[in-house]
Parts: sequence; structure tokens; C-alpha cells
Amino acid sequence: MSGVKVFVPRDAVALALGAERVAQAIVETARLRGIDIELVRNGSRGLFWLEPLIEVATAAGRIAYGPVAAADVPGLFAAGFPDGDAHALRLGAVEAMDWFAHQQRLCFARVGITDPLSVADYVAHGGYRGLQNALAMGAGDIVAAVTDSGLRGRGGAAFPTGIKWRTVLDAPGGASAVPAAPKYIVCNADEGDSGTFSDRMLMEGDPLCLIEGMTIAGVAVGATQGYIYLRCEYPHARRALDAAIANAYAAGWLGADIGGSGKRFDLELRLGAGAYICGEETSLLDSIEGRRGQVRFKPPLPAIKGLFGKPTVINNVISFASVPVILDQGAQFYRDFGVGRSRGTLPIQLGGNLKRTGLIEMAFGVTLRELLYDYGGGSHSGRPIRAVQVGGPLGAYLPERLFDTVVDYEAFAAIGAMLGHGGIVAFDDTVDMLEQARYALEFCAVESCGKCTPCRIGSTRGVEVVDRIRADVDREKNLALLDDLCNTLRHGSLCALGGLTPDPVISAIKHFPEDFARSAPSHRLD
Amino acid sequence: MHEETCNDFARRPKLESVLPDPVRTAVMQTIARNRDRAGALLPILHDLQDALGYVPPESLALIASELNLTRAEVHGVVTFYHHFRNAPPGRRVVRICRAEACQALGARALEAHAKHTLGIDFHETTVDGAITLEPVYCLGNCGCGPSVLIGDDDLRARVTPAVFDELVAAARAAT
Repeated sequence: MSGVKVFVPRDAVALALGAERVAQAIVETARLRGIDIELVRNGSRGLFWLEPLIEVATAAGRIAYGPVAAADVPGLFAAGFPDGDAHALRLGAVEAMDWFAHQQRLCFARVGITDPLSVADYVAHGGYRGLQNALAMGAGDIVAAVTDSGLRGRGGAAFPTGIKWRTVLDAPGGASAVPAAPKYIVCNADEGDSGTFSDRMLMEGDPLCLIEGMTIAGVAVGATQGYIYLRCEYPHARRALDAAIANAYAAGWLGADIGGSGKRFDLELRLGAGAYICGEETSLLDSIEGRRGQVRFKPPLPAIKGLFGKPTVINNVISFASVPVILDQGAQFYRDFGVGRSRGTLPIQLGGNLKRTGLIEMAFGVTLRELLYDYGGGSHSGRPIRAVQVGGPLGAYLPERLFDTVVDYEAFAAIGAMLGHGGIVAFDDTVDMLEQARYALEFCAVESCGKCTPCRIGSTRGVEVVDRIRADVDREKNLALLDDLCNTLRHGSLCALGGLTPDPVISAIKHFPEDFARSAPSHRLD
Repeated sequence: MHEETCNDFARRPKLESVLPDPVRTAVMQTIARNRDRAGALLPILHDLQDALGYVPPESLALIASELNLTRAEVHGVVTFYHHFRNAPPGRRVVRICRAEACQALGARALEAHAKHTLGIDFHETTVDGAITLEPVYCLGNCGCGPSVLIGDDDLRARVTPAVFDELVAAARAAT
């Protein structure tokens, strides 16, 4: 007989806030009190200000408590927490909370609910239904379903996923070709953008969903080998993926006979080594091949000539993890979420200086202001929110007057910004936008792969120009020079690192000119 | 001059013999574990750093010859990636996130505090050999910064300067 089911997240954020000690305290206290418990280490529900957020399964459903410290645990047991009884930290059902009630969780449907490493739990919660449908369909029909769903690459570039898959399907080779020639499925899990953590949460909280999505891609285009390229800064995700891949093999969902279909799909985890540029897809492919992660010229597209020179589907974690629900519920189901050409849902990540941070998955169409104030609760420091950066270190800085912008790809493009991977970072009014512009250029200098001169040299020169502006040396001339330099970077770089580094710089100057003026407080000469 | 160079080359000891035995053993073991993988170089370098704490520059020639690569190719790869070190680190590596989301919560002040109290810059080790300080660009903890990673996987959230001092004291005591 199993005991009371207690959920304590093993998500990196929960662990960073003390979840491991809480888990130990729960086991210890239950033992002392002679209460039989079954401890499940789930993913995070995405309400970071309440982490560690623990849950207990009761007759009336799951009841949450948080934020729980190890010292709270004896008191929780004394108050009857195993039965979901009252306590100062009791939150009730997570689904009933304001933060959660209006979310539409498709990709993150199981994150925080299931045991991430259990294949049985995954299947019990709808897992592998998408793959089973796919195995009964023709390759062209699978690709058509992905195309019809309107799914666009969630890594940042928003390229239609189905079109990419179609190109690889139509390329010569594949498992059924005679003689068979390899095609590859590659997952870009090099989530290096500051303010983004949805890939990490998905890989830690529901890694089998990513594995299923990649397997469906393999079946669709005739590839039998997949690679997940994970950044080495994510040790917790690495452990979860290692275990989940092993469990999927053991259960027959990876290997020579996936789901008893006679079809093969193998999957291997590869680690990055601290290079931001390897999040760019062609650099990533070079890195897997064992080389410096330098950007390739396109064409040829990776879909034609990708990993080891073979046709390759390369997608982001969230793109692959969106595929199982599309194949399970149908393209139309997914398409019905969203607005305009931005279909489906987006896992939005709230970070930086906000009272309530975490993950919200919902259809495109919510405004930045709603996210910052209704969800985020305003700034963590209590000061006014002055600037927001969306889409990582290459994203534009936006001022308050643009907070009514709707979260969809086109609306962001229209204001000279990009939605990217859906990461939103808020800054209060203590931020110095000249320093942020300088940092953007410094980051580009550190992370440039060195292939294009404007990016390799221009980033360092840019830092120097900003320093001269700060020191009030020929201010107007140097502002003009910075603008010119940014123009060169934008148009003279092969990839987004050099091409988009100007966005945070130019947007900072455009929207916050006072920070670049002589009277700016941080760099006044008097 | 030319003759001297040739003589130097002729006198140069065999690659393997310049490596201390433990390093040589570690290199050969990591190569044996990974050599059949496609694109084996990165997994080999990871394995080697996991085993030794760094990638010894004197091991690159052996890796190159085993993988049928040039020494320049291997050197190019090792030095491209920020993760790989060419010298042993201190007993604990402490990484401070420098990225924007952590900046919004005070990472710039934390970075200055860390460098000042430890008396070192990034990529340096304290004089007692206890702490190596490194920058990192995002640990995926963007909602609860400033973030610090101690050792390989001890992630910490909301690290104020005072919390940082406690973490460093604990890291010193543990090593």
C-alpha cells in the first residue's frame, strides 16, 4: 500500500531556493510521525515566488503550500498537511490561483503534474498518444499536420516548422531510401538567452515530451538518429534528460522498435561548452561535429545539408515539445489558439525585477502590461518599472509607453522589437541604459564566433565608443559613430549575434536618450 | 637557424613520454570511451575536464594524434569554448551570472562585491587556492536572481552580497 503522495519539485529554481532540504525534512518528519508517504519529485508549476511549492494529493485534489522552508515542515505536519488541512502557507489548488486560472497549458500540460522520469506516468497523462497516431499515418500527413497547426519555431526566428520538415522529407535519403542514407533530428537546447528558461523547465519537468516530439519528427522525415545539444550550464536538465532517455529506451519508446512499430529512432545527448553562439543553428551543428562553433553560410540550409552534411531537422525544445499535442489533438485544435499568424500558445517567461516571476503558457495576444502588472505584480523592488527587454540579450529595450504592445510575432516586429523565445526581463528605474547598451556590445565581444569582422571587431570598438560617450569625449560625434557602427553590424554580419546586437543598443539610445546625455546621473563629469 | 630547428624537432621526445602518467591514463581512457562517437572531440574534452578539472595543454598533441586531427584543430576547439580551462582551478569554482535578468536584481553590485572580497578578478583563483571565480552568462534562474553556481551543480538564488559571503565561507570550510 502506498502512502500519501507528496510532490516536491526538483526543478533547478526550486532547488536553488531550498527544495532539497524541504524534501529531506518531509521524509524525516513523516518517518518520525509514522506516516507513510510517497515522495514525487515533480517539475515546477512555474510560480517562482512561491517556490519551494509543495503539493499533497488529497481526496479533494492536490493542495499546494508555499513557499516552504525546511523549518516549516514539522509545523506543516502538526497542522495536518498530509490531509490538506489549514496552515499559513496553504495555497489551495494551484489551478484555482489567479496566476494559473487563465493559462492554456498545451506544451507544459504535464510539467509539475507528473513524475518527469516515469514513462508510466507520462503515458497515464496522455503521453505517446501523438506518436502512436503518427506511426499510423503517412510521413506526408504528419508533416501536413504540423504545417496546418501553424506552429512556428519557438527558438526565436519563428520559421514555420512544417515547411522545415517538408524540406527534409523531400530531400533524398532517409531510412526508407535504397541504400539508406542518414537524415538527422537535432534539438537546439542551447538556451543561452538571459530571461529565458522555458526549455530548461520543460527538460527538467517533462523531458519525455521533448523525446516524443523528436521521435515524431524522425518518423515524419525518415531520420533514425537524433541529438539533443544541451548547454552545459544546465546540470539539472542534463540529469533529467539522461534518465528520461534511458527510461524511454527501457520501455521500448526509443531504439530499434519504437512502440512496437518496427521503426528505429535513437537519441543521444550532447553537451555544449559555454559558447552562446552555439544557439545559432549552424554553429550548433559544427559544434556537434566536434569543431569550433562557427556560423556557416546559408544556403545550403541545414534542411538540405545539415549535420555531417546530411538533411537535418533542427528545432528548439519548445517547438519539438509542441508537436505531441498537435499529433494527439489534431492541427485544428492547436491552430484555434492564438491570433493572426501567431498560432498556438507561447510559454512566456517573466524574469528580472518583478514581484512574481515564473512561467505562463497562453495563446498569443496578451499585452506586455498585463504580464508585467497583472501577472508580475509590478517590480520586485517596489520602484517603477522603467525598461523591459524581450527576447534575450539581442532584444530591444522597451519603455513604458510601449507596454500595451500585444505579445505576438508581428506586433513586436512592428515596434522594432522581437518576441524571440518569449523571455521578458523587467528593470526598475535604477537601471542605467548606457550601461545596458555597453553590456550588449561587451557580451557580443565575448561571445562572437569571430567569423564576421563587424561582429568580431565592431563589438569591441563599440564598447570603446560607449566609454567615450560616458566620459563626454566628443559626445555627438561618438553617438553618430555608434549609430554608424551598429548599422555596419546589422548589415555586415552573417547571423543574429552581430546582426541583432544593435537592437538593444539603438533602442536604448532611442527610447532613453536622457541616459546618454551629458546630464545623465551616472556619468556626469562634475 | 634552420638546422637548429630541425635538430630540435629530431630531439623532441615522443609525444606520450612528456605527459605525466595520470594525465596520459586519463586522456587514453576518455578517448577509448568516446572515440567511436561521431564528432568525438567535444565529449572527449568534457570527459577529460571532468576527470582532471582542466584540459592540460600538453595533452592536446596526444588527443590530436589519436583522433587523426592536427594539433592546431584541437587547440582551436579547446580555446574556442569558454567552459574548458587550461590550468587546474581552485578547490571550488564559483560562477556568478552576469546576464541581464540577474543585472536587474543586483548582479553588477554582487560581481563587484565578489571580486573585492575575494581579491581576484574573473578567471582567477584566491591565494589560498580555495575559490576560482568565473563569469557565466545565464543559468536559467532568471526569475530569482542574482544567481550563483557553486561547483558543478549547486545553484543558488537571490544571492545578496551577504549570502555570497556565507556561501564562500561554507565552500572554504568544505574543501
